[in-house]
Amino acid sequence: MADTIAPTNPADASAPRQADVRTEEMLVNMGPQHPSTHGVLRVVLRTDGEMVLESVPHIGYLHRCAEKIGENVAPYQYVPYTDRMDYLAGMNNNQAFALAVEKLTGLEVPERAQYIRVMFAELNRIASHLVAIGTYGLDMGAFTPFLYCFREREMLLDLFESACGARLTYSYITVGGVTDDLPDNFVDVCSEFLDYFEPKVDDYNNLLSYNHIFVKRTGGVGVISAEDAIRFGLTGPVLRGSGVKFDLRKAKPYEIYDRFNFDVPVGLPGGTGEIPRGVVVGDCWSRYYVRVKEMIESVKIIRQCLRDIPAADEKEGVCHKKCKTVKLPDDEVYLEIENPRGQLGFYVKGDGSAIPARVKARGPSFCNLCVLEYAGKNCLLADIPAIIGSMDVVMGEVDR
Amino acid sequence: MSFEEICQILKSQFGDAIEETAVDSCRPYVVVSNDKWTEVATFLRNDQRMAFDFVQCISAIDLLADDKLACVYDLAAMSPVSATEDMTYARELAVRVTTDRNNPQIASVAHLWAAADWHEREAYDLMGIDFPGHPNLERILCPDDWVGHPLRKDYAHPLEYHGIPGTTEHELKSPRH
Repeated sequence: MADTIAPTNPADASAPRQADVRTEEMLVNMGPQHPSTHGVLRVVLRTDGEMVLESVPHIGYLHRCAEKIGENVAPYQYVPYTDRMDYLAGMNNNQAFALAVEKLTGLEVPERAQYIRVMFAELNRIASHLVAIGTYGLDMGAFTPFLYCFREREMLLDLFESACGARLTYSYITVGGVTDDLPDNFVDVCSEFLDYFEPKVDDYNNLLSYNHIFVKRTGGVGVISAEDAIRFGLTGPVLRGSGVKFDLRKAKPYEIYDRFNFDVPVGLPGGTGEIPRGVVVGDCWSRYYVRVKEMIESVKIIRQCLRDIPAADEKEGVCHKKCKTVKLPDDEVYLEIENPRGQLGFYVKGDGSAIPARVKARGPSFCNLCVLEYAGKNCLLADIPAIIGSMDVVMGEVDR
Repeated sequence: MSFEEICQILKSQFGDAIEETAVDSCRPYVVVSNDKWTEVATFLRNDQRMAFDFVQCISAIDLLADDKLACVYDLAAMSPVSATEDMTYARELAVRVTTDRNNPQIASVAHLWAAADWHEREAYDLMGIDFPGHPNLERILCPDDWVGHPLRKDYAHPLEYHGIPGTTEHELKSPRH
């Protein structure tokens, strides 16, 4: 990097040596195997000393052409593939695809199944945000919060396992409903978990959110304005961190979200309320903190679900009877839901047969990652992991 | 503003360039003529009544029966940006632009919506649609030296890539394959 150290003005020998350092631009290849790229993301950085002048993301290392598979199997058979896109939020992915197919075919979902879906979508949101928060701390050099987060996530995975038998790739929410009814004691076990979990959020805040070093590393770093966030098509906590109060669960309620009371957290300027000084709306800290707050809102929604869920109806069941035989009309649909990472959309086009003519996934990580080229410019090398981590990308869904 | 009202404005502004309005579709869409797409897109982005500032998705589709490829643009207009009030989509609109299958070209809209950049690269990579005016139209998901565009209906799977053998189910003869 600094191969020659020569005074810029040789006549002035008294000039401080610091200013004399002349550096050469260097291309640094970060990833695809790098612990803080959260998977196989490769970023090529053009650096000048510690400064990053340009960062260009290269993706596709996990590409499996999942959309092509969608053109060869029936919708209910495609549900397991959606799990493997955003593998940290399998329930939400299942739900997005199921809702798109249901809208296209007009299948109706039993009310109890809708409650179960919302409940698991929100539980999965908490589980996904726990990973996001924990690994973000890890990126910033804080190991302990990661263990705390994974301790709680383990309990959530136990809940998922009790309902569907899987801990990561659930395929629980399927076209027409859910695959199985809840286990007998689920309501009690789940409420118990919520009572245990809610106070833990204060622990995360004390351990990580308000930690001085963490705030210094993330506050005011990678600032994205509200206009830019919309221009780049950012969604989810990344959009809301920029002070845009937009959440599809409120803006265009799908499923039964219009029945619940909850708030939509947004990024707030530093110095107001509990927000530490040095934080700017739209920076890495704001995006991180939106996730912390969203977990509390999810707890609120799940509590309301548990209170209002209708009793099991043997005759109706929890899944539409035609879920495996339904034919897709010669028409198309595009439907988005609020995934933990942002808006996950599915475009499904039918041609009259039982197999779709085209399935396209609009992945929130894919769309959020495109802003890296813009946000990862003229910053310090150490800011790059902070910016990538605050986007919370899952490469399985970026590459599909 | 309803879909019909948007169509009305577009028709009065562009006449025949609005080729079809699929009102009865599960999610209504308009079909815009390929050669007028830049003008229509600029109007959709900049006109006060439209102001579609958000690209939800761009989906490339293969209409093999009509010997055409197409792009479906799902656009939305955000209601005024607010940090205190719950926002909604003020308007949503789906636009379909078709192109010839043998020389597929659709004008790029990356200069209007920054979000379109990667979506168009993806459509180029997987469906082989050229987007004249795109700042950096390179493959995004497949390797740079990949041959063909996998999402086309008539795509043939490669049987070899850098020494890695590929097989189709019909050719799977021995367990050594």
